[in-house]
Amino acid sequence: MIIEQPIMLKIEKIVEEAKDIRTFIFKHQLDSKPGQFVNVWIPGADEKPFSVSYQDDGRFGITVFSVGTFSKKLNSMKAGEKVGIRGPYGNGFTLKRGHVALVGGGCGTAPLAFLANELKKAGSKVEFITGARSIDYVLFVERMQKAGISTQIATDDGSCGIKGFATDLLQDILKKNPGISMVYTCGPEIMMKKVVDLCDMHRKSCEVSMERHMKCGFGVCGQCCVDNTGIRVCKEGPVFSNDSIKGIFEFNKYKRDSSGKKVPFNVCK
Amino acid sequence: MVDLSTKICRVRLDNPTILASGILGVTGASLVNVVKNGAGAVTTKSIGIEPRKGHPCPVILTYDKGMVNAVGLSTAGIEESSAEIGFAKKNSRVPIIASIFACSVKEFGVISKEISKAKPDLIEVNISCPNVESEFGRPFGTDPKISADVTRSVKKNTNIPVIVKLSPNVGNIGEIAKAVAAAGADAINAINTVGPGMAINIEAKTPVLSNKRGGVSGPAIKPIAVRCVYDVYDATNGKIPIIGTGGITYGRDAVEMFMAGASAVGIGTAVYYRGIDVFSKVSMEIKEFMEKEGHSSIKEMIGVAH
Repeated sequence: MIIEQPIMLKIEKIVEEAKDIRTFIFKHQLDSKPGQFVNVWIPGADEKPFSVSYQDDGRFGITVFSVGTFSKKLNSMKAGEKVGIRGPYGNGFTLKRGHVALVGGGCGTAPLAFLANELKKAGSKVEFITGARSIDYVLFVERMQKAGISTQIATDDGSCGIKGFATDLLQDILKKNPGISMVYTCGPEIMMKKVVDLCDMHRKSCEVSMERHMKCGFGVCGQCCVDNTGIRVCKEGPVFSNDSIKGIFEFNKYKRDSSGKKVPFNVCK
Repeated sequence: MVDLSTKICRVRLDNPTILASGILGVTGASLVNVVKNGAGAVTTKSIGIEPRKGHPCPVILTYDKGMVNAVGLSTAGIEESSAEIGFAKKNSRVPIIASIFACSVKEFGVISKEISKAKPDLIEVNISCPNVESEFGRPFGTDPKISADVTRSVKKNTNIPVIVKLSPNVGNIGEIAKAVAAAGADAINAINTVGPGMAINIEAKTPVLSNKRGGVSGPAIKPIAVRCVYDVYDATNGKIPIIGTGGITYGRDAVEMFMAGASAVGIGTAVYYRGIDVFSKVSMEIKEFMEKEGHSSIKEMIGVAH
């Protein structure tokens, strides 16, 4: 019997990944697939969903970027303290054998790091592309290199890798490697839209990981249902193929807040 | 031939399964998706006048026999919610039920008038959310007089048929049913969630829900719901259509509700247990039961257990 309630887990280890970004490691057999997420509860504060960014040998990790009240609070916690975890939830990425490219933007790179490790283990050739504001925010480069994964970086200010967007790197890689059979992406929707367009142009399959405001995580509250299909991001997603993403009218246009009101992307903080 | 159709007031449903308020009803597109999965009618999440964010999470949990929730009546407000109803109306052929809540008898009138402009097929009045108190400091639905006042306030402001959704957390639900029927309710939905209940995380030494208390739903409450429908049917002499809600998970549960006196069933928590296509599954199971037992219509099963 599955019970949808948080279990309290001790933070075993904290990895400083970049400025304001830390990975929390828990000793727990989560058995998640790359692209799935867990809900993290700080008793007395709130609970939010986070992608699994690491999983190995009875341990898993989430990567937290200090952006709001909750993530700041979480990032101020220390090893040995406990948080509540429930999940994993969602569908996850499909593991494609062969030559693949991963495109992550900002903290959206988190689920892709776990995916890259799993793809590599499955024998795929992985191109890992990550985009960040500046060198201070670049994620997982050392971890990827240690795993023997080819990594390319784009920053807004050119302080690390190329000056430009992760999608510029993807365009280049797709041109040079006609054998690439699948592209995975997670990050800002404006970036993911570009990835989908590039994949269409180059006739590549693509999987996109979307984020919407969620409450339950298990498909009943209806908060994360997207227009116009009404499908649930927490259940039928968060990973969608480039074909199904085209049915999601609101993609790269708007999302809903916790009241259910629409919030356009261009005015959202 | 088995006929699965039923009627709530003058509104016809192709099958008797209705999406209960509070599950999946945030957006018009989600309602349409539930219709595609077989629902005979769908109910919005309760709509209030002003936007409300609801409680911090966790707001929903499950335990081994059901679910406990205190979402906190989050709503996009009347304007955006009316647009969601419009989308659902335009994109589906089944009745759309607008669930409404308010903080005073007068405000119930205001929101009824406003929501009627979106032309839902039925209005469901939520006087029974265990997480909201009236201006008198307790849920509206626990007092027959206040329940009747709310019903009158709503009826005065709309021509759309009105369902009043009752709370099981009262001494005598029949008394409340009589009061709202006398005040003009066209139909009754029984029941809203039971309790409230609570779950404590024993490692964290604190209640799991941020609101601490939450309404209990799911299989555990079905016997309470069946008894409440039975009592409401008795109290109203079977003269007012009843939607039986609470723990309906399988076709057999629905039939039990019909026999207690319900004309249709509300299904919510079962989406968790059986998936979003629970509506078509339950319809199929009702049909199979009717064929096996020789019932030709829903109508002939209503109230037969009395």
